[in-house]
Amino acid sequence: MNQHDHLQKSSDSSGTVTTLDKVPAPGKCRVVAVPARGPFRTRLLAMGFVPGAGIEVLRAAPLGDPVEYRVKGYCISLRKEEARLISVSTGGVDP
Amino acid sequence: MSKKITIALAGNPNVGKSTLFTAITGKRQHTGNWPGVTVEKKSGSVRHHDTDIEVVDLPGTYSLTAYSQDEVIARDFIIDGKPDVVVQVVDATSLERNLYLTTQLSELGVPLVIALNMADMAEQRGDVIDLQKMSKYLEIPVVRTVGSKGEGIGGLLDAVVRESGTSPHHEHSIGYGDRVEPVIADLIEALRQDPALTSRYPPRWLAVRLLEGDEDAEKKIKVSRARDAIYSILSGIDAGEYEALMADRRYEVIAAVLPQVCTTCVGEMTASDLIDRVVTSRYLGIPIFLVLMWGAFELTFTVASPFMAMIEAVQEYLAGVAAGIQPGWLATLIGDGLIGGVGSVLIFLPNIFILLFLLAILEDSGYLARAAFVMDRLMYSIGLPGRSFIPMIVGFGCNVPAIMATRTIEDTSDRLITILINPFISCGARLPVFVLFAGLFFPENPGTVIFGLYVLGIVVAIASAKLFRATILPGKPAPFLMEMPPYRLPTAMTSVRHMWDRGSMYIRKAGGIILIGALVIWALAASPAGVEYGSAASYAGMIGQAVQPLFAPLGFNWEMTVSLIFGFVAKEIVIASLGTLYGVGEDAGALEGALLADPALGSITALAFMVFVLLYLPCIATMAVIRKETGSWKWTAFSIVFGTAVAYLAAFIIARGGALLFGGVIP
Repeated sequence: MNQHDHLQKSSDSSGTVTTLDKVPAPGKCRVVAVPARGPFRTRLLAMGFVPGAGIEVLRAAPLGDPVEYRVKGYCISLRKEEARLISVSTGGVDP
Repeated sequence: MSKKITIALAGNPNVGKSTLFTAITGKRQHTGNWPGVTVEKKSGSVRHHDTDIEVVDLPGTYSLTAYSQDEVIARDFIIDGKPDVVVQVVDATSLERNLYLTTQLSELGVPLVIALNMADMAEQRGDVIDLQKMSKYLEIPVVRTVGSKGEGIGGLLDAVVRESGTSPHHEHSIGYGDRVEPVIADLIEALRQDPALTSRYPPRWLAVRLLEGDEDAEKKIKVSRARDAIYSILSGIDAGEYEALMADRRYEVIAAVLPQVCTTCVGEMTASDLIDRVVTSRYLGIPIFLVLMWGAFELTFTVASPFMAMIEAVQEYLAGVAAGIQPGWLATLIGDGLIGGVGSVLIFLPNIFILLFLLAILEDSGYLARAAFVMDRLMYSIGLPGRSFIPMIVGFGCNVPAIMATRTIEDTSDRLITILINPFISCGARLPVFVLFAGLFFPENPGTVIFGLYVLGIVVAIASAKLFRATILPGKPAPFLMEMPPYRLPTAMTSVRHMWDRGSMYIRKAGGIILIGALVIWALAASPAGVEYGSAASYAGMIGQAVQPLFAPLGFNWEMTVSLIFGFVAKEIVIASLGTLYGVGEDAGALEGALLADPALGSITALAFMVFVLLYLPCIATMAVIRKETGSWKWTAFSIVFGTAVAYLAAFIIARGGALLFGGVIP
């Protein structure tokens, strides 16, 4: 298995690839890649935003930002400008 | 023969670690700071059979990278502090993310024990967790605990004592797969060129950190003789990609273990989700937050007032006793300096403690995260994170607990800015000054003037935040990335302890500064020998008169200038001081008459004076808490100078602007 396949495993090639901030709430998607950089990327990975992870978009804050997500069985919120650094696929996710 | 061991409590935030720590150590604990930083360190001790166990509570962390100060503290303690056993407190209701930290802890080469905490909550929702299998697959002893009820502590300590005898007998770190492992092996090989390094840090752990691009690990390599070999390995690969592979692999391992361990895992947080649907909803989110804050203030002042009356009564009684003391100077030292000066700070303790208690409840229940979530967008626009909002609100009650509440802000410069702007938020002690002056000089609409002063405080706080972001502390607020922990019913015990920890630590650390400050002011007010306390003939009076020309452009006479010096003890003292200086004592009616009759005082000057009192240097108690929370006299001095400069500027604009508008003379 080459690296590219590995990073994109379990994402459905038929789904639209976009960034996490573009997925409306409520909705579901799956992480394709984490193009963030540096320590912030390490943190995102540690918090469960790893390629292949399923994400549930729960709700936006009253002023539209940040947004609350469920990942790896717990809830976390991210600002949109941070969610933009996560590539997701909206296809092939369990309803 | 008794044995002595040290254990460290590690774990994610919001897993009930502090509660478990308290359940283990009981009253035998003390709070301090980690060396060199302002992060709180708690340690305690317990005797279990014939073993003395020293327990160190590490900061809550999600991983052991170098992302935050907390993470560096936790991992440095595990490596350098050489605890005999590390206990990871795991939230049984959120195993997947919690076990991520386990995969990192197991690489550090210390004996590990897992406390499966909040197990009752997992069971309540129907999860079935097989402890034996979990122990077997992870190769780590797992003990069921419920910290809030003190369950499982004996079993946990048994396991700890058992493990402490063993060296890390099993290599229970995980394998990272065919692509990563050869690189790790190469790195370990290279690291072995520097035995000093590998004897201090587990080589595999260091290799993994380097692959993850960990800045702290890179710093260690920079001065190592293995540097060149390491650099040549790292330059040949795309580290970012390896990092993702490793994180992914850790979660893969967890995903493989979990179904075996947790046979029925519900994994839903239905109740929390339902509450959040209301509490963070589009239309109700902000109103609910504001109502909660309003309720907190109502409660604070209702509950605090009888306590304040009690303190006042005791103070008056003691002052009466002190008045009889001979010689006279001792009587005023005790009466005016100690009882009067320290007492005027003491009177705010009920407010401080109640606000701290309510903050603890908000934090322990999980609501604090929602408040930050709801307010983040608004705060972000002024260059601060959502978590800065609560301290600003609490500042309207008292700046002391407000500044202590900035502890929940992770990022250092976010936190520093929040601390520095807090004194501009008008606290309860300033209100009596505003009520007096606005009532006298703006009898038509005193409420509007007071409201305007509060707004001015907020505006100056926001403008200062923007100014700091543009100059001395540039940048953007740290990334948000905030866990929304499930709502929990806080136990009274935990919240009371939380309050007591912070409140008593404040008294211990700030008490000395407050005492010295109060005594300095007393010495200035009571000497030279024989003067009336705080009168024009005292040193304080002389200083006030000497610097008065500086305040002349603001229209302040020497009485006002002197009273501002006394306002440093606590801002409401300004009134009592004016009473002394106008020679009317504590008679409020006489003071009002004297102020109105003073030709130097008109409405413009009164307004300038109120604005000055609003903005100028923080009171002693606030200064002490700024010193304690920033850990720096430099920032404390900055806060004093900056506040006073802003106050002068604002009062100057009002006084001169008023003079221009109303023609030459200040009315």
